[in-house]
Amino acid sequence: MKVFVCVKNVPDTAANIRVVGENSFDESIKFLINPYDEYAIEEAARLVEKEGGEVVLVTVGKESAIKTVRSALALGSHRAILVTTDKQFLDSADTAAILQKVMEDDGPADIIFAGKQAVDSEAMQTAYRLAEGLNIPIASDVTEFSVANDKVSVEREIGGGEREIIEMTMPCVVAASKGLNEPRYPKLPDVMKAKKKEVKQIALADLGLTLTSETKLVTLEQVPDRSGAKIIGGSVSGGVAELVKILREDEKVIS
Amino acid sequence: MTKVAVLIETTDNEVKAANFGVLTAAHGDGHEIYAFLTGADAEGCKAVLGKYGVGAIISIEGDGADLQAKPDLKAKAIIAAMKEYETSVLLALSSSEGRDILARVAASLKVPLATDCLSVDISSSTVRKPYFSGKTIATLKMNGAYFLSAIRPNAVEPAEAPAEAAVISFTAVVGDYDGLVVKEIKQSSSGKVDLSEANVIVSGGRPIGSEENFKILEECADAMGGAVGASRVSVDEGYAPHSIQVGQTGKIVNPRLYIACGISGSVQHFAGMKTSKVIVAINSDKDAPIFNKCDYGIVGDIFEVVPALTAELAK
Ligand SMILES: Cc1cc2nc3c(=O)[nH]c(=O)nc-3n(C[C@H](O)[C@H](O)[C@H](O)COP(=O)(O)OP(=O)(O)OC[C@H]3O[C@@H](n4cnc5c(N)ncnc54)[C@H](O)[C@@H]3O)c2cc1C
Ligand SMILES: Nc1ncnc2c1ncn2[C@@H]1O[C@H](COP(=O)(O)O)[C@@H](O)[C@H]1O
Repeated sequence: MKVFVCVKNVPDTAANIRVVGENSFDESIKFLINPYDEYAIEEAARLVEKEGGEVVLVTVGKESAIKTVRSALALGSHRAILVTTDKQFLDSADTAAILQKVMEDDGPADIIFAGKQAVDSEAMQTAYRLAEGLNIPIASDVTEFSVANDKVSVEREIGGGEREIIEMTMPCVVAASKGLNEPRYPKLPDVMKAKKKEVKQIALADLGLTLTSETKLVTLEQVPDRSGAKIIGGSVSGGVAELVKILREDEKVIS
Repeated sequence: MTKVAVLIETTDNEVKAANFGVLTAAHGDGHEIYAFLTGADAEGCKAVLGKYGVGAIISIEGDGADLQAKPDLKAKAIIAAMKEYETSVLLALSSSEGRDILARVAASLKVPLATDCLSVDISSSTVRKPYFSGKTIATLKMNGAYFLSAIRPNAVEPAEAPAEAAVISFTAVVGDYDGLVVKEIKQSSSGKVDLSEANVIVSGGRPIGSEENFKILEECADAMGGAVGASRVSVDEGYAPHSIQVGQTGKIVNPRLYIACGISGSVQHFAGMKTSKVIVAINSDKDAPIFNKCDYGIVGDIFEVVPALTAELAK
């Protein structure tokens, strides 16, 4: 079985983001694997460990993304393709077109895993556009996955704790949510082995694509944190009475 | 004059209140608003949709196809309706249902889509949405003949704009497709408010300590007609189901009131509730980081403060 996993290199969610200029941010912070893509990598690794085959990672990012690609290779994947660009933020349609081209050139897969969302630009659509381009089915927000008789069965979370059970023909795209699995921690030998695995780097320009750029990031603004809390002191009963009064009469957020 | 379509979400034939903000976002100088309905009783929704400015309710059906079981065909039917009524803008709730359908429509039409928008400006084709889970806000310009946006629940304050809504039946030719089929929907045990649409949320963290103890939060939430949320630790420890986790890897919520009980205030937790109108923290540690970035705080033991709060609300 051949499996692709789409992996984005993103800033650590714990890092402070400092906006620079109109629409950029200070990138001298820690970058790592997009958290949802970790579930995708893990699910792909488990599938291939069971069924045999290979897991190929595909990343579109700056050259510095190589570090993240290497760390992802230590999580049960076999090789990787990195398409280098000079921008962190690409339009989703463009990203999907690039991923599609790379996958077509590398040869068809049985399943493609991705994350449900990149935690930087939060577009929540790249996997759908990739599936459309390849003309195959897609399910996102996936929390359970299995394959049987050339069909993929997934569980997907919808509103209010309800879940949909979906069946798809293969090949298909599965975009992971938290809960799909418990990603492994890499062991030192895996990290060492990952250093020797093949990473094919391709410059975006060499793919010969014409990109459409449907959306443009005009500005990025810092959101200030709230200033500290007004601490309501006194006895427990006095404190909650004052709080309820504030919430009802001053803030008017409850009736 | 822009023709704006709004995809309406219903539960048991009732228009969900969260749609009213989306309809309000569609208002504008002489915009014509089309409500797209699938699989619901359009006549029954007429009065409430009219109140929020809907001129036409398009009751969409596929020719023989089960649109609820085949989201790709539903997207196809919506595209057919957009073409038929020449609506260049399509708005929906940024719920799992709304995002899924809009992504299918956008991918198929090859047009721009922005999800989780805090506001939309139809005349300039721009939206504002969070990047980096609420640490920054991005303004995006959408290029092209169509403009699709999924709007975060509670982000736009509903405003009434009475209109006379006419019901129009529309049957799209969608053919059939077996690539993806929804086999079953597993209902949740409780008929509680969906967290991402709740107006009030009471959330619990690590010190809750067990599934049973969540009851004190439920009672408190019930007293305000709200819902219960949880931090990742409470979920990972098995005190709460994943479906109520708030944060980076859980739900994004946007209530008027968020009460964090025994939650330290990590960046990843704030990523999910940062835009709440008022944030209250109850924590036994006066130096807990959450007190530095919320509105009101009570220093105390949740097992004393929360029941007292519930009792006070009942007064
Ligand atoms: C990639 C990634 C994604 C993540 N996603 C999420 C996410 O979606 N959501 C999320 O919540 N976290 C997420 N986290 C985890 C996050 O970093 C924190 O670990 C987590 O939010 C802490 O949960 P907590 O506040 O319940 O527990 P703790 O940090 O342990 O805090 C418990 C708090 O309770 C207080 N306390 C203890 N006893 C009492 C008492 N009796 N009465 C009152 N207060 C008391 C303590 O003072 C403390 O402040 C993520 C982390 C990573 C790395
Ligand atoms: N630049 C990228 N390189 C590789 N995969 C990506 C890239 N951008 C997005 N993806 C994939 O698409 C998923 C959804 O991202 P998005 O639609 O941008 O929120 C991510 O979790 C990744 O799996």
